[in-house]
Amino acid sequence: MSAPLHMRTPMRRVRGLGAAHSGTGHFWHQRITSVAGVPLTIALVLIVIALLGRSHAAVVQILGSPLIAILMLLFIINSAYHMWIGMQEIVLDYVHDDRWKLPALIANTFYVVVVAFAAVYAILKLSFGV
Amino acid sequence: MAELGAETTQRARPLSPHLQIYRPMLTMMMSIVHRITGAALYFGLLLLAWWLVAAASGPNAYAAFEWFMSTLIGRVILVGYTWALMHHLLGGVRHLIWDTLHGLDPANRELLTLSTLIGSITLTLLLTVVGYLAVGGPR
Repeated sequence: MSAPLHMRTPMRRVRGLGAAHSGTGHFWHQRITSVAGVPLTIALVLIVIALLGRSHAAVVQILGSPLIAILMLLFIINSAYHMWIGMQEIVLDYVHDDRWKLPALIANTFYVVVVAFAAVYAILKLSFGV
Repeated sequence: MAELGAETTQRARPLSPHLQIYRPMLTMMMSIVHRITGAALYFGLLLLAWWLVAAASGPNAYAAFEWFMSTLIGRVILVGYTWALMHHLLGGVRHLIWDTLHGLDPANRELLTLSTLIGSITLTLLLTVVGYLAVGGPR
Protein backbone atom coordinates (compact mmCIF):
# COMPACT_ATOMS: atom_id res chain seq x y z
CA MET A 1 0.00 0.00 0.00
CA SER A 2 1.10 3.58 -0.61
CA ALA A 3 2.29 5.76 2.27
CA PRO A 4 -0.53 7.17 4.40
CA LEU A 5 -1.32 10.83 3.78
CA HIS A 6 -1.85 11.53 7.45
CA MET A 7 -1.03 10.11 10.83
CA ARG A 8 -4.58 9.25 11.91
CA THR A 9 -5.41 5.57 11.64
CA PRO A 10 -8.38 4.49 9.52
CA MET A 11 -10.11 3.32 12.71
CA ARG A 12 -9.80 6.78 14.25
CA ARG A 13 -11.26 8.37 11.16
CA VAL A 14 -14.36 6.17 10.98
CA ARG A 15 -15.11 5.61 14.66
CA GLY A 16 -18.60 6.81 15.51
CA LEU A 17 -19.45 7.50 11.89
CA GLY A 18 -21.75 5.50 9.65
CA ALA A 19 -22.38 5.67 5.93
CA ALA A 20 -23.90 9.13 6.40
CA HIS A 21 -20.73 10.32 8.20
CA SER A 22 -22.76 11.51 11.14
CA GLY A 23 -22.73 8.81 13.81
CA THR A 24 -25.51 7.13 15.76
CA GLY A 25 -27.50 10.20 16.75
CA HIS A 26 -30.12 9.55 14.07
CA PHE A 27 -30.73 6.04 15.39
CA TRP A 28 -31.74 7.52 18.74
CA HIS A 29 -33.73 10.38 17.19
CA GLN A 30 -35.67 7.83 15.13
CA ARG A 31 -36.70 6.09 18.37
CA ILE A 32 -37.71 9.35 20.05
CA THR A 33 -39.82 10.46 17.06
CA SER A 34 -41.44 7.01 16.85
CA VAL A 35 -42.49 7.21 20.52
CA ALA A 36 -43.90 10.70 19.93
CA GLY A 37 -45.51 9.47 16.72
CA VAL A 38 -47.82 7.01 18.50
CA PRO A 39 -50.08 9.54 20.30
CA LEU A 40 -49.72 12.06 17.46
CA THR A 41 -50.88 9.51 14.85
CA ILE A 42 -53.87 8.60 17.00
CA ALA A 43 -54.67 12.32 17.27
CA LEU A 44 -54.35 12.77 13.49
CA VAL A 45 -56.69 9.84 12.78
CA LEU A 46 -59.31 11.19 15.22
CA ILE A 47 -59.05 14.70 13.72
CA VAL A 48 -59.40 13.43 10.14
CA ILE A 49 -62.36 11.20 11.07
CA ALA A 50 -64.03 14.14 12.81
CA LEU A 51 -63.57 16.36 9.72
CA LEU A 52 -64.72 13.84 7.08
CA GLY A 53 -67.75 15.04 5.14
CA ARG A 54 -67.78 18.50 6.74
CA SER A 55 -68.06 21.70 4.74
CA HIS A 56 -65.01 23.76 3.84
CA ALA A 57 -66.02 26.47 6.32
CA ALA A 58 -66.29 23.95 9.16
CA VAL A 59 -62.96 22.32 8.26
CA VAL A 60 -61.23 25.71 8.18
CA GLN A 61 -62.64 26.65 11.57
CA ILE A 62 -61.73 23.35 13.26
CA LEU A 63 -58.23 23.03 11.73
CA GLY A 64 -57.51 26.61 12.79
CA SER A 65 -58.55 26.14 16.41
CA PRO A 66 -55.53 26.15 18.73
CA LEU A 67 -55.62 22.60 20.12
CA ILE A 68 -56.20 20.97 16.72
CA ALA A 69 -53.63 23.22 15.01
CA ILE A 70 -50.99 22.46 17.65
CA LEU A 71 -51.57 18.70 17.33
CA MET A 72 -51.39 18.91 13.54
CA LEU A 73 -48.18 20.97 13.67
CA LEU A 74 -46.59 18.50 16.08
CA PHE A 75 -47.62 15.58 13.87
CA ILE A 76 -46.21 17.22 10.74
CA ILE A 77 -42.89 18.28 12.28
CA ASN A 78 -42.39 14.97 14.10
CA SER A 79 -43.30 12.94 11.00
CA ALA A 80 -41.11 15.08 8.75
CA TYR A 81 -38.01 14.49 10.87
CA HIS A 82 -38.86 10.79 11.31
CA MET A 83 -39.33 10.21 7.60
CA TRP A 84 -36.26 12.27 6.70
CA ILE A 85 -34.14 9.93 8.82
CA GLY A 86 -35.99 6.89 7.48
CA MET A 87 -35.53 7.76 3.82
CA GLN A 88 -31.88 8.62 4.45
CA GLU A 89 -31.48 5.14 5.98
CA ILE A 90 -33.09 3.55 2.92
CA VAL A 91 -30.81 5.51 0.55
CA LEU A 92 -27.71 4.59 2.55
CA ASP A 93 -28.72 0.90 2.51
CA TYR A 94 -29.21 0.63 -1.23
CA VAL A 95 -27.24 3.44 -2.91
CA HIS A 96 -23.49 3.07 -2.55
CA ASP A 97 -22.23 5.17 -5.45
CA ASP A 98 -21.60 8.76 -4.33
CA ARG A 99 -22.74 10.06 -7.71
CA TRP A 100 -26.25 8.83 -6.88
CA LYS A 101 -26.08 8.78 -3.09
CA LEU A 102 -25.36 12.46 -2.55
CA PRO A 103 -28.07 13.73 -4.95
CA ALA A 104 -30.52 11.27 -3.36
CA LEU A 105 -29.71 12.52 0.14
CA ILE A 106 -30.06 16.13 -0.98
CA ALA A 107 -33.36 15.36 -2.76
CA ASN A 108 -34.59 13.71 0.45
CA THR A 109 -33.86 16.86 2.44
CA PHE A 110 -35.44 19.15 -0.16
CA TYR A 111 -38.59 17.01 -0.45
CA VAL A 112 -39.13 16.78 3.32
CA VAL A 113 -38.50 20.50 3.88
CA VAL A 114 -40.85 21.56 1.05
CA VAL A 115 -43.74 19.23 2.02
CA ALA A 116 -43.43 19.96 5.73
CA PHE A 117 -43.13 23.72 5.15
CA ALA A 118 -46.23 23.72 2.92
CA ALA A 119 -48.27 21.81 5.50
CA VAL A 120 -47.05 23.97 8.38
CA TYR A 121 -47.73 27.16 6.43
CA ALA A 122 -51.28 25.99 5.66
CA ILE A 123 -51.99 25.27 9.33
CA LEU A 124 -50.59 28.64 10.39
CA LYS A 125 -52.66 30.43 7.74
CA LEU A 126 -55.78 28.62 8.94
CA SER A 127 -54.91 29.48 12.53
CA PHE A 128 -54.27 33.18 12.05
CA GLY A 129 -56.91 33.57 9.34
CA VAL A 130 -54.92 35.90 7.10
CA MET B 1 -11.34 -0.25 -2.03
CA ALA B 2 -9.99 -0.67 -5.53
CA GLU B 3 -6.33 -0.46 -4.50
CA LEU B 4 -7.01 -2.68 -1.52
CA GLY B 5 -8.76 -5.33 -3.64
CA ALA B 6 -5.94 -5.42 -6.18
CA GLU B 7 -3.37 -6.32 -3.58
CA THR B 8 -5.49 -8.74 -1.60
CA THR B 9 -5.44 -12.35 -2.74
CA GLN B 10 -8.80 -13.24 -4.27
CA ARG B 11 -10.44 -16.00 -2.28
CA ALA B 12 -13.93 -17.07 -1.40
CA ARG B 13 -15.02 -14.91 1.49
CA PRO B 14 -17.90 -15.88 3.76
CA LEU B 15 -20.98 -14.00 2.63
CA SER B 16 -23.39 -12.70 5.24
CA PRO B 17 -26.85 -14.26 4.86
CA HIS B 18 -29.18 -12.22 2.67
CA LEU B 19 -32.64 -12.34 1.11
CA GLN B 20 -31.97 -15.12 -1.39
CA ILE B 21 -30.53 -17.40 1.27
CA TYR B 22 -33.09 -17.08 4.02
CA ARG B 23 -36.33 -19.03 3.81
CA PRO B 24 -39.14 -16.43 3.86
CA MET B 25 -40.34 -15.93 7.42
CA LEU B 26 -43.16 -13.82 8.80
CA THR B 27 -40.88 -11.60 10.89
CA MET B 28 -38.64 -11.02 7.90
CA MET B 29 -41.52 -10.25 5.52
CA MET B 30 -43.02 -7.86 8.07
CA SER B 31 -39.68 -6.13 8.47
CA ILE B 32 -39.67 -5.53 4.72
CA VAL B 33 -43.30 -4.38 4.79
CA HIS B 34 -42.45 -1.98 7.63
CA ARG B 35 -39.88 -0.29 5.40
CA ILE B 36 -42.23 -0.29 2.38
CA THR B 37 -45.10 1.24 4.39
CA GLY B 38 -42.65 3.82 5.74
CA ALA B 39 -41.63 4.76 2.20
CA ALA B 40 -45.31 4.89 1.17
CA LEU B 41 -46.10 7.23 4.08
CA TYR B 42 -43.11 9.36 3.04
CA PHE B 43 -44.93 10.15 -0.21
CA GLY B 44 -48.31 9.99 1.52
CA LEU B 45 -47.48 13.16 3.47
CA LEU B 46 -48.02 14.91 0.12
CA LEU B 47 -51.69 13.97 0.45
CA LEU B 48 -51.91 15.49 3.92
CA ALA B 49 -50.10 18.62 2.72
CA TRP B 50 -52.44 18.90 -0.26
CA TRP B 51 -55.46 18.61 2.04
CA LEU B 52 -54.18 21.34 4.38
CA VAL B 53 -53.02 23.68 1.59
CA ALA B 54 -56.38 23.19 -0.17
CA ALA B 55 -58.27 24.03 3.03
CA ALA B 56 -56.11 27.14 3.49
CA SER B 57 -56.48 28.18 -0.17
CA GLY B 58 -60.26 28.38 -0.26
CA PRO B 59 -63.53 26.61 -1.15
CA ASN B 60 -62.60 25.94 -4.80
CA ALA B 61 -59.26 24.32 -4.01
CA TYR B 62 -60.91 22.32 -1.23
CA ALA B 63 -63.67 21.17 -3.60
CA ALA B 64 -61.02 19.97 -6.06
CA PHE B 65 -59.34 17.97 -3.30
CA GLU B 66 -62.67 16.51 -2.17
CA TRP B 67 -63.51 15.60 -5.76
CA PHE B 68 -60.20 13.76 -6.18
CA MET B 69 -60.68 11.87 -2.93
CA SER B 70 -64.19 10.83 -4.01
CA THR B 71 -62.89 9.14 -7.17
CA LEU B 72 -62.02 5.46 -7.15
CA ILE B 73 -58.28 6.25 -7.33
CA GLY B 74 -58.63 8.70 -4.45
CA ARG B 75 -60.51 6.17 -2.34
CA VAL B 76 -57.94 3.45 -3.05
CA ILE B 77 -55.11 5.83 -2.12
CA LEU B 78 -56.90 6.84 1.09
CA VAL B 79 -57.54 3.24 2.19
CA GLY B 80 -53.97 2.33 1.23
CA TYR B 81 -52.61 5.30 3.18
CA THR B 82 -54.75 4.30 6.17
CA TRP B 83 -53.42 0.74 6.11
CA ALA B 84 -49.81 1.90 5.67
CA LEU B 85 -50.25 4.29 8.61
CA MET B 86 -51.82 1.66 10.87
CA HIS B 87 -49.28 -0.98 9.86
CA HIS B 88 -46.29 1.31 10.37
CA LEU B 89 -47.76 2.50 13.69
CA LEU B 90 -48.25 -1.03 15.07
CA GLY B 91 -44.99 -2.25 13.53
CA GLY B 92 -43.22 0.68 15.16
CA VAL B 93 -44.65 -0.23 18.56
CA ARG B 94 -43.46 -3.81 17.98
CA HIS B 95 -39.96 -2.57 17.20
CA LEU B 96 -40.00 -0.37 20.31
CA ILE B 97 -40.94 -3.43 22.39
CA TRP B 98 -38.09 -5.37 20.78
CA ASP B 99 -35.73 -2.46 21.47
CA THR B 100 -36.31 -3.14 25.18
CA LEU B 101 -35.27 -6.80 24.57
CA HIS B 102 -38.75 -8.07 25.37
CA GLY B 103 -40.72 -10.47 23.18
CA LEU B 104 -37.76 -11.71 21.18
CA ASP B 105 -38.18 -15.44 21.87
CA PRO B 106 -39.62 -17.48 18.96
CA ALA B 107 -43.18 -17.77 20.29
CA ASN B 108 -43.54 -14.12 21.31
CA ARG B 109 -41.91 -12.62 18.24
CA GLU B 110 -44.26 -14.60 16.00
CA LEU B 111 -47.23 -13.59 18.15
CA LEU B 112 -46.23 -9.91 18.11
CA THR B 113 -45.66 -9.96 14.36
CA LEU B 114 -48.94 -11.68 13.59
CA SER B 115 -50.76 -9.31 15.97
CA THR B 116 -49.49 -6.23 14.15
CA LEU B 117 -50.58 -7.66 10.79
CA ILE B 118 -54.06 -8.62 12.01
CA GLY B 119 -54.32 -5.39 14.00
CA SER B 120 -53.45 -3.18 11.04
CA ILE B 121 -55.99 -4.89 8.77
CA THR B 122 -58.69 -4.74 11.46
CA LEU B 123 -58.07 -1.06 12.20
CA THR B 124 -58.05 -0.22 8.49
CA LEU B 125 -61.39 -1.95 7.94
CA LEU B 126 -62.83 -0.22 11.01
CA LEU B 127 -61.59 3.24 9.97
CA THR B 128 -62.77 2.68 6.39
CA VAL B 129 -66.29 1.83 7.58
CA VAL B 130 -66.34 4.79 9.99
CA GLY B 131 -65.04 7.09 7.26
CA TYR B 132 -67.53 5.75 4.76
CA LEU B 133 -70.39 6.46 7.17
CA ALA B 134 -68.93 9.90 8.02
CA VAL B 135 -68.98 11.06 4.40
CA GLY B 136 -72.52 9.74 4.07
CA GLY B 137 -72.02 6.60 2.02
CA PRO B 138 -71.37 6.52 -1.75
CA ARG B 139 -71.20 9.81 -3.61
